[in-house]
Amino acid sequence: MDTAQATFLAGEAHPVKGGFAAYSARRILVVGGITLIIVGMLFGDIFAVFILHPNANGIGQALLAATRAVAAGDSTAVGRNFQMIGNALENRGTKVDAHLHMVDFGYLALLLAIVMPYVAWSERAKKRLAVLLIIGAVVLPVGVLAIHYVGLASSPLESIGWASIIADAGGLLVILSCVGFLAGLWRGWNRAAPVATGQDSGAPASPVAHDALLADRSWCCRVLLAGGTLLILAGFAHGAWYAARDLYKQEELDVNLLSRMTTSILENASPQAGLQTAELAVGDYGNLQADHAVKIAAHSHIIEFGLVAMLVAFFQPYVFLQERWKRRWVVALLMGGVMLPVFVLLELRWGLLAAAIADFGGFLVVVALAAMLTGVLRYTGRLDGAPPSSLLQGTAPQESAPKGSAR
Amino acid sequence: MTGARKMLILGGLALAILGMSYGLYFALFVEHQTLDGIGGALATSFIRAAERNLPESQAALDRYGEIKYVYTRQIDVHGHWIGLGMLLIVLGAVFERVGFADRIKFVLALALLIGAVTFPLGVFLQTLDHGSLPRAVAIFGSGLLIAGLSAVAFGFARRTS
Repeated sequence: MDTAQATFLAGEAHPVKGGFAAYSARRILVVGGITLIIVGMLFGDIFAVFILHPNANGIGQALLAATRAVAAGDSTAVGRNFQMIGNALENRGTKVDAHLHMVDFGYLALLLAIVMPYVAWSERAKKRLAVLLIIGAVVLPVGVLAIHYVGLASSPLESIGWASIIADAGGLLVILSCVGFLAGLWRGWNRAAPVATGQDSGAPASPVAHDALLADRSWCCRVLLAGGTLLILAGFAHGAWYAARDLYKQEELDVNLLSRMTTSILENASPQAGLQTAELAVGDYGNLQADHAVKIAAHSHIIEFGLVAMLVAFFQPYVFLQERWKRRWVVALLMGGVMLPVFVLLELRWGLLAAAIADFGGFLVVVALAAMLTGVLRYTGRLDGAPPSSLLQGTAPQESAPKGSAR
Repeated sequence: MTGARKMLILGGLALAILGMSYGLYFALFVEHQTLDGIGGALATSFIRAAERNLPESQAALDRYGEIKYVYTRQIDVHGHWIGLGMLLIVLGAVFERVGFADRIKFVLALALLIGAVTFPLGVFLQTLDHGSLPRAVAIFGSGLLIAGLSAVAFGFARRTS
């Protein structure tokens, strides 16, 4: 084995392999990040279809029962129903948190993969930081998910259970990893000035200058960047509109409706009429919560899908699929990214039809991401399986897959 | 690498770390206690109503409204700081494709960074003061972000044309 081959096998010589070698930090973050996003979104879809609506119904029923117990003067029953509401809210809250954190950590992993060439640590150190981030990104959502089931069993603390402690430890791992990457970026940029000068004087260019991810100008990359930017902008505008028009009004109405549930029973001359008013308030309260939930969900999902579109735009050179299939998956991702938030907003008017279309939109995003991940895995397979000589001659897998290859 | 890109990538990562650290602190020392407070106040309000004690019922409901107001904003601060931090990093990676002069791009990057810091900061200040100043800070920050991102989108389009 000559020196050039030895250097290549260490993942240093070939610009593509050097940036995406087997078990390299960037590959760990790209594959780990997309997988986290897919698992997080699938979990979110399953949660939305099978848990969210029954959970909301359960909360509504318990609140109605608590209101009737107030009318009957039965404080024990009130306490029992609020216990049920608390459990249902914890069940919902921990699942939403697990979904959100898993997807967001996936984004973070992809972001760090993009800036990896600027991080001035050894490949070994970068790999450790990447592994730390992925471990934390798995531990936190799993811990959060377990909170509802583990509770305070055997906990040394008064209000925090073991599942929370494990989740927080996962969060700490992610923070430590990010601090490590930030220090590496800072170190890299403090060293960057001499490299730039060297380029001008004809010295070898910085590996960053040749980074395939940052240099890509393909159709897929441009459409994903433009579409992602527009989705984020739409999400910002919707968020501003919601904050200005609805947020404070809804917060005030929340307390007013709860107040009406109790005062109408106590202040109304006729107990029956008082109970009827209170039950109407429970119905209105349910509608208010639904309105609040769909607006927040639409706002956060449209921005998240914009961000994911922009992130996967960078990794299109690593998606080893036919060009026409790459384009189809790009269109599918953007379509899903629009469909889910728009039809979530329409859920209150169109009911289950809108909910089904929204869930289909989410599923479309998941399928498009899974297809892109498959392309990335095929790319890594080709890269790892190719003989060193072909890679040294620059015949490593490039952006387009041969005819007849997988979709 | 231009100053604008450095500012966006370093600033974005720093902001994400700040948001995560705030989230960790919140999860450890605030969240569970706050959730207990929200649930406890609401249950107390209904229990007092069942006991026909309306003043105490209303007082508990007011407490519920206050705690929930603060809790909602604390969650928003955590989510927005991290989300905006990630957005800044993405924009930093492609900022050379924005079709403006370096000086304008630097101003845009600065506006985006200031907006990403001040918008959640304004929301956080609302947990301490219910007056109009924190709202103004949040509105200023979000306005800066929307204007900055619109300009960046225009810059991308300008470049491709």
